[in-house]
Amino acid sequence: MSLDPALAGRTFAPTPPYAVSRAKIAEFNTALGAEPVNEGNTAPLTFPIVIAFQAMTQLMTDPEVGIQLHNVIHGDQRFEQTRPIEAGDELVATLTIESLRAAAGMDMIGTRTEVKTSSGEPVATAFATLVHRGSAQ
Amino acid sequence: MSWAPGHQFEPQSYPVRRSDLIRYAGASGDFNPIHWSDRVATSVGLPSVIAHGMYTLALAGRALTTWAEDPARVVSFGARFTKPVPVPDDDLGITVEVAGVVKSVERGQAMIELTVTNAGQKVLGVSRAVVRC
Repeated sequence: MSLDPALAGRTFAPTPPYAVSRAKIAEFNTALGAEPVNEGNTAPLTFPIVIAFQAMTQLMTDPEVGIQLHNVIHGDQRFEQTRPIEAGDELVATLTIESLRAAAGMDMIGTRTEVKTSSGEPVATAFATLVHRGSAQ
Repeated sequence: MSWAPGHQFEPQSYPVRRSDLIRYAGASGDFNPIHWSDRVATSVGLPSVIAHGMYTLALAGRALTTWAEDPARVVSFGARFTKPVPVPDDDLGITVEVAGVVKSVERGQAMIELTVTNAGQKVLGVSRAVVRC
């Protein structure tokens, strides 16, 4: 089943505020084998995905949207960075479906997720294409 | 920093083992079982457990941070996930290589093309970054 074309342009509710800790940054650095930056206070470049992923999960598990999670592939990912994420930031992510097109039994879902502090300061924007194998079932 | 078009950064190589993927799942919150269960990975047609695309991209980001010296210089960065990266269940794992070259410089910003490979094959497509220089 293809997704409803009317989903294009829809913006989802912001995710609950996420408090960035030095411990979480350290876990992320350790997973990458990366050296700490700024004594471990500055997060690695792809860290916005931690918050953006919550917004994507919200989209993928919304029963009204009708995505089957196990049929989703991450097609591409891009970040625009206003500034690096720092320990102590409290962040929220707001996802918008920018584009939706069906091709060869797949739905290509273009998403834009704005990551801001809970007081509204822009930090990063994450752009992802999610590929949903809909009618291939 | 004096980056000119054609400048090649020192290539970086990073080991990737199953244990790294488990750590990354926990750190990122992405617990898709294709990144830790051979049973699930092979049931959807993959050769074995594969690395998260975001893990490979994060390694490209690690290289970029090494080259740029300050992550605050990075304006944008991303890639397409074009090829799965299978990671065997052994102690050695695999090695991901990240190379980078300055394609152009305009208004104080360098456009960098990244080449990310596993066993000589490109695993990310259209992998680019813009960095203030």
